[in-house]
Amino acid sequence: MSERKEPILVVNNLKKYFRTKKGLLHAVDDVSFTIDEGRTLGVVGESGCGKSTLGKTIMRLTEPTGGEVFLQGEDIVSMNEGRLRKARLKMQMIFQDPYSSIDPRMSLAQIISDPLKVNRLCSSKNEIDERVDRMMRIVGLAPRLRESYPHELDGGRRQRIGIARALVLDPKFIICDEPVSALDVSIQAQIINILMDLKEEKGLTYIFITHDLSVVKHISDEIAVMYLGQCVEKAPSEELFLNPVHPYTKALLAAIPVPNLSKRHARPTVIKGEVGNPIDPVPGCRFAPRCDYATQKCTGRNPELREVAKGHFVACVLYNGEM
Amino acid sequence: MDTLNNTLLKVENLHVVYKARRETVYAVNGVSFCLKKGETLGLVGETGAGKTTTAYAIMRVLPDRTARIVNGIIEFEGYNLLDVPENLMRHGIRGEKIAIIFQDPMSALNPIMKVGDQIAEALKFHNKEDLSPERIEEQVDRTLELVGIQKERKYDFPHQLSGGMKQRVVIAIALVCEPVLIIADEPTTALDVTIQAQVLAMIDELREKLGTAMILITHDLGIVAQMCDNVAIMYAGEIIEIGSVEDIYSGKMQHPYTAGLFGSLPDLEKKTDRLHPIEGLMPDPTDLPKGCKFNPRCPRCMDICRNVQPEFTVEGTHKVACHLYGSGKGRGIDE
Amino acid sequence: MVMNKKPLRSMSPLQETIYRFSQNKVSLIGLAVVLLLIFIIIFGEFISPFENGVKQNIRMRLQGPSAEHWFGTDAYGRDIFTRVLHGTKYTMMIAFPATFIAEVIGIILGACAAFYSRWFDNILMRVLDVFQAIPGQLLALAVVAALGGSLFNLVIAMLIARIPASVRTARSIMLSLVGQEYIDAARSYGSRDYHLIFRHVIPNSLGAMIVSMTINLSAITLQVSSMSYIGLGVSPPTPEWGALLSEAREFIITAPHLIIFPGIAILLTALSFNLVGDGLRDALDPRLRD
Ligand SMILES: Nc1ncnc2c1ncn2[C@@H]1O[C@H](COP(=O)(O)OP(=O)(O)OP(=O)(O)O)[C@@H](O)[C@H]1O
Ligand SMILES: Nc1ncnc2c1ncn2[C@@H]1O[C@H](COP(=O)(O)OP(=O)(O)OP(=O)(O)O)[C@@H](O)[C@H]1O
Ligand code: SF4
Ligand code: SF4
Ligand SMILES: [Mg+2]
Ligand SMILES: [Mg+2]
Repeated sequence: MSERKEPILVVNNLKKYFRTKKGLLHAVDDVSFTIDEGRTLGVVGESGCGKSTLGKTIMRLTEPTGGEVFLQGEDIVSMNEGRLRKARLKMQMIFQDPYSSIDPRMSLAQIISDPLKVNRLCSSKNEIDERVDRMMRIVGLAPRLRESYPHELDGGRRQRIGIARALVLDPKFIICDEPVSALDVSIQAQIINILMDLKEEKGLTYIFITHDLSVVKHISDEIAVMYLGQCVEKAPSEELFLNPVHPYTKALLAAIPVPNLSKRHARPTVIKGEVGNPIDPVPGCRFAPRCDYATQKCTGRNPELREVAKGHFVACVLYNGEM
Repeated sequence: MDTLNNTLLKVENLHVVYKARRETVYAVNGVSFCLKKGETLGLVGETGAGKTTTAYAIMRVLPDRTARIVNGIIEFEGYNLLDVPENLMRHGIRGEKIAIIFQDPMSALNPIMKVGDQIAEALKFHNKEDLSPERIEEQVDRTLELVGIQKERKYDFPHQLSGGMKQRVVIAIALVCEPVLIIADEPTTALDVTIQAQVLAMIDELREKLGTAMILITHDLGIVAQMCDNVAIMYAGEIIEIGSVEDIYSGKMQHPYTAGLFGSLPDLEKKTDRLHPIEGLMPDPTDLPKGCKFNPRCPRCMDICRNVQPEFTVEGTHKVACHLYGSGKGRGIDE
Repeated sequence: MVMNKKPLRSMSPLQETIYRFSQNKVSLIGLAVVLLLIFIIIFGEFISPFENGVKQNIRMRLQGPSAEHWFGTDAYGRDIFTRVLHGTKYTMMIAFPATFIAEVIGIILGACAAFYSRWFDNILMRVLDVFQAIPGQLLALAVVAALGGSLFNLVIAMLIARIPASVRTARSIMLSLVGQEYIDAARSYGSRDYHLIFRHVIPNSLGAMIVSMTINLSAITLQVSSMSYIGLGVSPPTPEWGALLSEAREFIITAPHLIIFPGIAILLTALSFNLVGDGLRDALDPRLRD
């Protein structure tokens, strides 16, 4: 993996299964990708398809069931506690819920400085204060809020705290788990702009998880579409929107309500059925029960990701070239 | 202003406040709009704009202890709903003529009652002439089929259904008495995009079939474009722009807040470098700014905006409350 | 959902709790009684010297309340007011440390159980199951019967009786906290387990733990008294409240004041701790904010 510019993150066949009362829940099932430095990978999919679990497994907040994760060549999965803590300095996460992801008992300055304190990165209190101030300025939190507590702030400001907390360690790579889904559109746009500014200034690499396709197109270089724990299509962002191939991606794109009158009264093509159940799935395409093109070929064996155009991968028997 | 005979609902100068612990929350401040039979009005605004409060005021289901309707008229089929006794509201209007679909399907259903029974109950409650059990059963089945759920599922409890199916049941309960007006309060916010598309398509189809009028509350300008005939944009408890969808989406004579909402959305067709968000935050509803409520965030704010509340400027069906338009009152005074 | 509301002034969660508690009249009365109890414990000697409560005076036995003896006198002519007054100290000397230690042990074991969920939790829960199969009162009785009825032994007995319940409470509070996303966040930026426990889990559980502590306190007060009442508490001359009741048993009809005043003291104390606990619970409940 080192001929071209070294990818910052390599994920190989990552799996995370949860044992539940009803059976084995395949939250993330055999997902692989690489991200080059300074690029953004968007991960889209509907609720419960395993996006957050993917993020948390890469961070090793939950132990993977199988697979490999390399951060700048270092194997995250087999690291011991101490080395993992070191590796996490380079890799941070912004969480989905700006309410539950922030300790309500800490003041804003305490929250942002906590990563510095637990890693003993600063020698003096002054230095900590300075870095906290700088972080607050960068994410657009007024200095007078230093001693405020989260319950006094709105969702947008709370999410800025989450961003500042992730950034204060100066990571190279950030996993953004739906950082704007809980926010109003006007606040959402403010936060997205901050994230894009940071990316340019600091050369950050993102995994940007979301269920909102319009947001993901705006911010990503490459997009992976997930369905029930698996990656069904992966392509450069422009390409995916211009030329979606997988039936699920097509349905997903058709379902976005566009804020102009062009599609008005043209009844959208609605896909039938609901997202299935990730417990003990049988081999075969997991989208088959909802797919208009499903045939016998689709069952029995998982379709593999195949390259259909440069950098454009699809897991669907219609495009596996063998037929 | 409209030919009165086909006006179904007319809300005029509605003011609602919440009194909570020595504070007064000014939630709805002078909302007026008109809805004709069979028409769909989109009520758009961000969190705290007062959308739900307006809907609850129409249904008269505001919390007794804190909420006060300070002023206003809500005229429905010629009656002022604010004068109708609660008893009549409960047995003649609420659920029967006006039905509401709540944002959260999980909390709108009784968790320990089979969904079929919940639909039957709504039916029984609103029918004075007693229906025979068979007739009720029949109607429950029909309604479930109408919202795309097999009738065998009526023996399921809410937790056995997915989010989308629960929302369908909530819609079935709303529709079972064939109301003339449905108020849908963010009916798809809790759902996934593909399920949202299914539910919206279904609502649209049913509404057309039954000729029901609808107030669709949402913060999603995409849904409005797809579903609505008219649109009202709310900010800080006021309607700041109202008109037909064409008026609002044409971008002509646009209120700066509406422009900001559109600017905040990433465009799927064009690649833009940055979004154009509205700076700042919603005003505190206990302490609203003087003049135009949007003035602290408005990029085109003028002196007059800080002192004088703008009136509607009318152009055909399109009305905008902003000093930029109209008699030109505001223009010359720009700093 | 008031997301955009400016706070009146910036308050830490602690300040806010105090403010909200202070708005609750009934709980303030409870707090006043608790403060009065503490005052009595510290300054009881100056109000009425302990001497008066042990000095026997047969000629003055079983007198009703009077200007000289506010609560009357007992079978040995001792001043009941003084005995009740000083009884506060003995009852509280058992109840306070027992509650406090039980809570601390509860927090520590609860936090460990919530954290090392797999094995530690399993073992702990089984041990607690065994303990909880025996009623707490019985357990306390057994301990006192085995060790004898000194103040210290009573504290131990109360501890053993209350610890299982407080560990369980603490564990369930902490389990709900460990599921919070901010714990994941803290772990993701490099916090070690003890950081997570001491910086996040314990501070966030404190509110709920204090509530359970006040309620425990009231329960222990009653339990201590009932132990002394059946003669298994502190030894006779010590004016512990339950012991006072016990001594008064024979005179229920002839001299009811013997039983009324200590009884009121016990009830009032238990009640006021409960009121304070309820007030704290309301003040800490975020759902009741606004
Ligand atoms: N700790 C857990 N134990 C058991 N099942 C879990 C656990 N965490 C997640 N799951 C399950 O794994 C699947 C994927 O969950 P995940 O939270 O990753 O989805 P998601 O794509 O992030 O969804 P959302 O958009 O709702 O956040 C779901 O079916 C979920 O119920
Ligand atoms: N019961 C209540 N007591 C006090 N204030 C309330 C109450 N309900 C709503 N409010 C306040 O009234 C204002 C309008 O609220 P409303 O729920 O109508 O907004 P909304 O437009 O429906 O927002 P959302 O998109 O969040 O549902 C808000 O500032 C809100 O905080
Ligand atoms: S593999 Fe078959 S079922 Fe799956 S998406 Fe392709 S055509 Fe549809
Ligand atoms: S009235 Fe003034 S402040 Fe308000 S929207 Fe128009 S220009 Fe902006
Ligand atoms: Mg998630
Ligand atoms: Mg609402």
